[in-house]
Amino acid sequence: MLHIIYMEMNKSTILLGHGSGGKLSHELIASVFLKHFNNEPLMRSTDSALLHIDCNDIVFTTDGYVVDPVFFPGGNIGKLAVCGTVNDIAVTGAQPLYLSASFIIEEGFAFDRLEEIVVSMAAEAKKAGVLIVTGDTKVVNKGKCDKIFITTSGVGVLDKKFKHIAGAGECRPGDKIIVNGSLGNHGMAVMSSREQLHYHTPVESDCGSLYSLIRAVTEEVPVSFMRDATRGGLATVLVELCGMTKLGISLDEEHIPIDDSVRGICEVFGFDPLYVANEGKVVMVVPAAYSTKAVQIMQSMAEGKDAAVIGEITGTEKPRVILNTVVGGKRIMDMLAGEQLPRIC
Amino acid sequence: MKYIDEYRDRKLAKELSEQISIQATRPMSFMEVCGGHTMAIHKFGLPSLLPAQVKLLSGPGCPVCVTSQQFVDKAVEYSRMDDVIVCSYGDLLRVPGSDSSLLQQKANGADVRIVYSVVEALAVAEANRSKKIIFLGIGFETTTPMSAAGILKAEEQQLKNFFLLSSHKVMPPAMAALIDEGVAIDGYVAPGHVSTVTGTSIYTAIASNFGKAVVISGFEPVDILQSILMLVRQVNANKPKVEIQYTRVVQPQGNMKAREMVNNVFEPCDDWWRGLGVLPLSGLRLKDKYKSFDAEINIPVSVKPSSEPKGCICGEILRGQKIPPDCKLFGTACNPVSPIGACMVSGEGACAAYYLYGNE
Repeated sequence: MLHIIYMEMNKSTILLGHGSGGKLSHELIASVFLKHFNNEPLMRSTDSALLHIDCNDIVFTTDGYVVDPVFFPGGNIGKLAVCGTVNDIAVTGAQPLYLSASFIIEEGFAFDRLEEIVVSMAAEAKKAGVLIVTGDTKVVNKGKCDKIFITTSGVGVLDKKFKHIAGAGECRPGDKIIVNGSLGNHGMAVMSSREQLHYHTPVESDCGSLYSLIRAVTEEVPVSFMRDATRGGLATVLVELCGMTKLGISLDEEHIPIDDSVRGICEVFGFDPLYVANEGKVVMVVPAAYSTKAVQIMQSMAEGKDAAVIGEITGTEKPRVILNTVVGGKRIMDMLAGEQLPRIC
Repeated sequence: MKYIDEYRDRKLAKELSEQISIQATRPMSFMEVCGGHTMAIHKFGLPSLLPAQVKLLSGPGCPVCVTSQQFVDKAVEYSRMDDVIVCSYGDLLRVPGSDSSLLQQKANGADVRIVYSVVEALAVAEANRSKKIIFLGIGFETTTPMSAAGILKAEEQQLKNFFLLSSHKVMPPAMAALIDEGVAIDGYVAPGHVSTVTGTSIYTAIASNFGKAVVISGFEPVDILQSILMLVRQVNANKPKVEIQYTRVVQPQGNMKAREMVNNVFEPCDDWWRGLGVLPLSGLRLKDKYKSFDAEINIPVSVKPSSEPKGCICGEILRGQKIPPDCKLFGTACNPVSPIGACMVSGEGACAAYYLYGNE
């Protein structure tokens, strides 16, 4: 009887022992990670995953995820950790293949919540066609981390014809700038959830894998540049692009898709949605002749249904981002200095 | 989006901008004295829609910017106390004090919380009875009624651990002081939400005694352009008066209930404004009967007197004599990450708006 109670307690929350490397660790790995991530390189349980890749050009990336709250409308930290790394690979033009996942868990974290996170990671990995082939688990004392932190690294293979995309070297004046949908949803969903703000129209995070959408476009359109607009939002990506190409950008505010719910929250708190984080948005630069096609392809897919051309690359005279505002004014768009803070009145 | 798109209508904005160009037959300068206006003007690129002869100047309308360094130093001192939780509006956190900011203190482990209203600070006080909760009350006639309501609520709930550090200010003394100092403006784009509370009477003297045009404006781009056109017409007619453009919100008599609440809880006192110095009866402190909620009286801290940073021309910018790019520190030593002057510290300051939304 005592033994059963002990097992039940073990099941309800994560204990320091789950990260000790002993029996509890093995039990956790088998009952949660191996069960859901289930793939051949992982199941071999070798110290390093043994992989075979037939390719000369490999992309490799890593990212840490510390989102608060861990669960938010439209996703959770696990979904984010898979999508974020898959997207970082996909926007270089590469095909994501393998991920690692490293967990730092605060003791006392609910076991079923961990499993929920792992299940959504497995689902997202499946959707993006990647395998989570290696991982690590550490459990730290209460208060030493905020519930759970996840780090994912990823490897992808890059076709020669896409090697120019990440560096933006083939962007030319006249190229069109496209975004695959409404901006600012992730940032506002997380903030609203963290601050427990309730609205009539709840905002959901756009957290999702972009690989299918990107592949569909790159199969038919010669893309000059891509980057996912995560922290710092659309504005930051475009300012970075100006810096890389030394070319100017002209952006039309009236064509930038922003959901009414996000616009509303941003108006109330004094945030600029162009600087708010996204987790499922890609900014793409394509030659003008292909812009309609690229938008059509995106719009035929759920993650690109609100895709739009939002601006174009201009000349070399003034390498900066000029926003044509909704009322017809013009202003320079720069990077944000710090984080956006809600205003007083 | 309803109630937004109508006021950002491109066609209407174009018509207003054309009318301003036609009717402004001589050089004219107008000053906005609300940070919300400063931000909207730059965010929507309104200067690019105005003719060269119409200039907009940013006055001392950003509450964070004009708040003294001494106030920030006191808040920082409070945040260093183990039994204190500091509750503040978000954009005050980044403002540098003499040796730290609230954001820095938060990073160092101090219990500093961003609240969206005083109601949240009261909830923090209720939930943490063993701690002292200090709410940083800053802002003009718009935020003061909320602080007053907070004090009344704290009294009703017998929250003995709730305290207010007040740096609330009133707008008219600053507007009058600027004219006294000879600021070359033809009129004011007057603050819409301040006026919602005060009504129009606080501007009467500015129009009648000082001969300046006053138009109380809304915050959307079409509101601001229409207000500028109304100001141009007043100047052309040479009949300065107080007009309301923001009629969908502002009533001539203001919000009597809010004013009563403020008058019940606060009394005027001399106050120090960054860039302007001490202005008589421009601040608000708690009346004697509410002294038990006054942080400064009940939890005394001592800090050094404030001084203006060297090389900074915020005073001249706030007085409308210079614009941010005239400053040697602008965009180099002084930027939003490490602001030196008052106008760079808050997102609504003139220098921050210029920095972020530099106009074409």
